[in-house]
Amino acid sequence: MNELLKLVHGVVNWGMDTAESMNAGVLIDASVFYALMWVSVLAALGVVLCRNVVHSALLLTASFIGVGCLYIYMDSPFIGAVQFLVYGGAVAILIVMALMLTRRDDMAHSNLSRSLFCQAGAAVISGAFFLCISVASLMTQFREMSAELGDSVTGLADMMLTKYILPFEVAAVLLLIAMIGALVIAKGAHES
Amino acid sequence: MMNFWAVSTEILILALMVAALAMDLILPKEGTRRGIAYVVISGLLATLVYTFGLYHTGPSMTFFGGLFIADNYALFFKQLFIVGMLFSVLFSMDYVEKYIESPGEFYTILMSALLGMCVMASANDLLTLFIGLELMTISFYVLVGQRMDDKDSGEASVKYLIVGAGSTAVMLYGISLVYGASGSLDFVVICRSLQMFFSIGLAGVVLVMIGFFFKLSVIPFHMWAPDVYQGAPTPITALLAMGSKAAGIAVFMRVLYTAFPLLGAYWLPVLAVFAAICMVGGNIMAIRQTDVKRMLAYSSIAQAGYMMCGIVSADIAGMKAVMFYAMLYVFANVGAFAVLTCVETMRGGTTHRHMTGLAQSAPILAAVMTISLLSMAGIPPTAGFSGKIYIFTAAVERGYLWLAFVGFVMSMISVYYYLLVAKAMYRDLTPEEEAENTAVKIPFAVRATVLLSVIATIGTGIYPELLASLTNLASQTFMR
Repeated sequence: MNELLKLVHGVVNWGMDTAESMNAGVLIDASVFYALMWVSVLAALGVVLCRNVVHSALLLTASFIGVGCLYIYMDSPFIGAVQFLVYGGAVAILIVMALMLTRRDDMAHSNLSRSLFCQAGAAVISGAFFLCISVASLMTQFREMSAELGDSVTGLADMMLTKYILPFEVAAVLLLIAMIGALVIAKGAHES
Repeated sequence: MMNFWAVSTEILILALMVAALAMDLILPKEGTRRGIAYVVISGLLATLVYTFGLYHTGPSMTFFGGLFIADNYALFFKQLFIVGMLFSVLFSMDYVEKYIESPGEFYTILMSALLGMCVMASANDLLTLFIGLELMTISFYVLVGQRMDDKDSGEASVKYLIVGAGSTAVMLYGISLVYGASGSLDFVVICRSLQMFFSIGLAGVVLVMIGFFFKLSVIPFHMWAPDVYQGAPTPITALLAMGSKAAGIAVFMRVLYTAFPLLGAYWLPVLAVFAAICMVGGNIMAIRQTDVKRMLAYSSIAQAGYMMCGIVSADIAGMKAVMFYAMLYVFANVGAFAVLTCVETMRGGTTHRHMTGLAQSAPILAAVMTISLLSMAGIPPTAGFSGKIYIFTAAVERGYLWLAFVGFVMSMISVYYYLLVAKAMYRDLTPEEEAENTAVKIPFAVRATVLLSVIATIGTGIYPELLASLTNLASQTFMR
């Protein structure tokens, strides 16, 4: 038994050493980032390309969750949690609810898709935009941001209640008006 | 510390909003909601008078850390919004009673839109700007869809919501890029940040500008405007044309002049080209329209082009010209839309056919409509003439002779389609039309509105110094 354990120890140690020599911390960091990125991007692509709108809705949720993980990965756990709760939870459920209200027998071709020409045009335009933005970001030397926003809830609350108190208060009015507006529209016309 | 005097105008408007909401709750359920309109009108009038006391020559008040600034420039635009809103509420009382299902909420949301505009005019950082913009546009999404009996209204509302959400996304992406490059949302800090010259900063500026172009319905980002203008309730169309557009112009100028002035070499030529496209496209597309509301939508695209000519000048004269023009555009719009609202309430539509014979049945309305449209076209002695002179001289002085030339030619072309409306109102009627031509009863409030708007239009045209001194003060203290 002792022999066996020694062997396992040896293998683990060898693995650790190799990982150390290959700078594994950076490697794992990068691979986690790229994995999360691909999940979000591929899911977002699926939202656009899926023929079935229910699948689109589910993929959208996957994309939201991927982005939420990215936030956590980038040391903003609070924003990540909000992303999970609001987008991954509430918004996703709202979208599915809305889909359930638009009942049809067959969901196979429910996602609005235009002609091939339009799709190609959209692909060219978004590809060009993607190219521009990526070239622009590659050409830019980003500097280390002092974490002004703060990664803690306390820092965020500090900003909301001091520097950005006015936008915060106006946002309250905005939510109130959005609610009143939604009620007025949902109430609809009187039967007369 | 927090200086509440700096936000006193906004607090007053917010109080009016809450008052409208509370009154709707207290008033008997089946009763009329006219009382709310009276309260809103008197409250706005008081706020307008109050804001005159806020003009200053010393340093401007800021709310907290300079992120919200109550300078003369912001004050001028706030007065402009208040005037526009005041008259819109005044001339639309009968319309609201006839067509709007829930007037109490209607007035409440009107006030919140006004609040959003005022926040935008004073915003001195990208976050405050964004929140103000959203408050205004979300209020308008609801207001545009308030004609529950009209399918077009609902369609316009959804269209506006989708296009508006898209443009918001574009602008927000631009804001995030600007923040990434400069490390701040504050206009003053962004201006000083050399990082903005990196390509990511420039990409951010481009996206922010595209976002504004959507909101100002600049060609080729104008697709939403005609349908939304036509489908919206007429008083809301008026507010979209004068309030929403002026708010966009106000904050656009502030962003360009205080946050991105060092990048002027990049955006000035682009802006000049878009101004020219707007003036040409807007005026040409307006020619074929037979619905006056839709025609005014295209004409408002052209008017945005004229105002952008002034922005391109990027000096005191240009800024003054834009402010002057925005104000007289409000006067002209109040006149034109008051007449349209009255006609729609009486006859059920706003096409040329509905305008026919207005000169016989309601000569005052026909005259006011003509004068307002001529002011938009820039015919002397109306205010539009002096406004266009200010704008084009400012552009010529900065070397944009071609732009002024395009603007001048297109103004001449615009006279044609404005006069088509006048022709519909003044031409001789066939016997059948004569029989159909019902008399139009003009409510007192509409009569007062149209008379005041005409007095303002002609008065400013003959004696522009009064308004010009105000715009001078605002632009000089801004540029200092």
